[in-house]
Amino acid sequence: MVKVKIGLGGVTEPLVSKNMKTGDWGTEYPVVDEEKCTACKNCEIYCPDGCIKVVEKEGKKVAVPDYDYCKGCWVCFTVCPADAIKMEVKELYKVEVC
Amino acid sequence: MRKVVRGFYAIAHAVKLCKPNVICAYPITPQTEIVENLAAMHAEGELENCEYITAESEFGAASILVGASAAGARTFTATSSQGLILMSEVLYNAAGMRLPIVMVVANRALSAPLSIWNDHQDSMAMRDAGIIQVYVENNQEAHDLVPVAFRVAEDKRVMLPFMLCMDGFKLTHAYEPIELLEQEIIDAFLPPYDPPVKMTTKKPLTFGAYAPPPYYMEFRAIMHDAMERARKVIEEAMKEWSSITGRDYGGHTFTDYDEAEVAVVAMGSIVSMARDVAEEMRKEGKKVGVLKIRTFRPFPADEVRKALENVDKVIVLERALSLGSDGPLTLEVKSALYGTSKEIHTVVVGLGGRDVPRDLMVKIISEVYEGKVKPGFRFEGIHEYEEVIP
Amino acid sequence: MLEKAREGSDILIEVRFHGRGGQGAVTAADLLAVAGFKEGYYTLSFPTFGAEKRGTPVASFLRISDKPIVQRDEVYNPDYVVVMDPSLIGVVDVLAGIKKDGMLIANYPKGSEDLKRHLNTDVKVYSINATKMAMEHLGRPITNTAMVGALVGATNIVKLETLKGTIKEWFEDESLAEKNIKLVEEAYQYMKEVCKW
Repeated sequence: MVKVKIGLGGVTEPLVSKNMKTGDWGTEYPVVDEEKCTACKNCEIYCPDGCIKVVEKEGKKVAVPDYDYCKGCWVCFTVCPADAIKMEVKELYKVEVC
Repeated sequence: MRKVVRGFYAIAHAVKLCKPNVICAYPITPQTEIVENLAAMHAEGELENCEYITAESEFGAASILVGASAAGARTFTATSSQGLILMSEVLYNAAGMRLPIVMVVANRALSAPLSIWNDHQDSMAMRDAGIIQVYVENNQEAHDLVPVAFRVAEDKRVMLPFMLCMDGFKLTHAYEPIELLEQEIIDAFLPPYDPPVKMTTKKPLTFGAYAPPPYYMEFRAIMHDAMERARKVIEEAMKEWSSITGRDYGGHTFTDYDEAEVAVVAMGSIVSMARDVAEEMRKEGKKVGVLKIRTFRPFPADEVRKALENVDKVIVLERALSLGSDGPLTLEVKSALYGTSKEIHTVVVGLGGRDVPRDLMVKIISEVYEGKVKPGFRFEGIHEYEEVIP
Repeated sequence: MLEKAREGSDILIEVRFHGRGGQGAVTAADLLAVAGFKEGYYTLSFPTFGAEKRGTPVASFLRISDKPIVQRDEVYNPDYVVVMDPSLIGVVDVLAGIKKDGMLIANYPKGSEDLKRHLNTDVKVYSINATKMAMEHLGRPITNTAMVGALVGATNIVKLETLKGTIKEWFEDESLAEKNIKLVEEAYQYMKEVCKW
């Protein structure tokens, strides 16, 4: 039988939470309209999980969500002053067979 | 009125009917919803003559209640786990100042490691504070014992804080039918708080004043006396309450079977299932019974000794640890049984929210009954483990 | 199943709900606890809690019995399993411990056959596109009332009328209650049709 390994004092390496991908939690996900995005960083500042960042993309600074961790909470959508983020329902929830 | 409600609402509803004057708390799961419900009732104007104060911490909450209670208010708070530990400095004072603060502890594990789930380690850590401790088995009992708590704490023979302990999540978040109390019943049972001494702005007083060596021991001895007197007061109150509500809260302990050879001793929500398993085993001719401990402080040693008089083997189900010694409940049971020779099994289960499935309960009792395990201390429902240095 | 009780034999029905935080798995169990109580039974519902965040997989439990319920452990051998979210299939062992004659009902858009293949089981498995129904009626992907309707449609553990009455009382907002009642009815009828009882 495999023994449960307990680290002394509950000590863990930093950033092990990165292994916990929470991207499948949400029903919706944010989509950034790169034309409209002004790279104001509002979303980056307000995202409670630090998973939307303004980065340089083909010479333009735009917000890019990290879908590995985004839980679809709508905060970026709500704080975007440029109306550049919309929330879309994931494919999984769209299929209509039955 | 019979209604399906959650445990935390059952508490809040009963507290409301007890007409507290000051409620003060700080949120901590799984207790939060108790005071959230009370705050909502207060906002709706359902709590007359009552201040609801949100404190900046549990330490603050307990401190505010010390002041309020000293000024003659009927006081209530609720907390859990680390919140209770943060209150502890103040609670020892509240007991010493003989302030009848009533609190509900939604039992939860202590850190580290961080756990929000249920066991009894938090209230056990407050064992020696001079606070009456009662553990409930289900939400009806929790609901019913709120008025009893106020009545006992505020009795002039007692004047000590009262801690009503209910299993966090298992009870607080369970949704089940409760016979909700009516105002008239509580009014007839619980008189308004009549403080023997209270401070006012016109009559400032010092509570818990300085006691140098010539006085301190006597001061604490008097607290001990009050705790001893509380036994009778609790019994009286429960007896009267049972005659009013028709629900039997037969005192400090409850035994389901008088001819047991093997007895399970337990506290809290786990008792019901233990009793159910014992009942089933009795149908197979096995003489198994359950001794429920309701009052833990003052500890009903006489009742325990009497209840276990003819028992050969005792299984103490521990929901807490006293690291480096026996479990805290075992220590009490052993002390109560001093001078007798019984086989005593300390079985630690359900720490930090580890579920205790029915099958495990059957295994624990059967193994002892059949003599398959040696007496002493052990964990059950635990994985094989090893410690590693990261 | 509750007919058995009316005939006088003991019953204990155990249900496990799988959902994600925010989808209302806890409320689903609660609604049936109230509805069962209204029909004269003892009921108990309770959640398991992890980190209480929107989106995490959560489970909640329901017991309905004709006797006071003393068992407060989690439900290990459910009669019925309700899965509120298709993304849990394959992530959580939703069939764990289910009774041989038990039944699983899932919010799963690709149909019962596909679900049965996916789960590779002999246990009765039925699907319903509850997210779609919820979006149509509520405009939000909250599937708890639909799934409760589906469970009742498939099993008749309480009467539809009792469930509707419970929902009416549950929601303070009258129009929201109405929408949910319509949703429950649709899910109930759909499942009743599928299960053909």
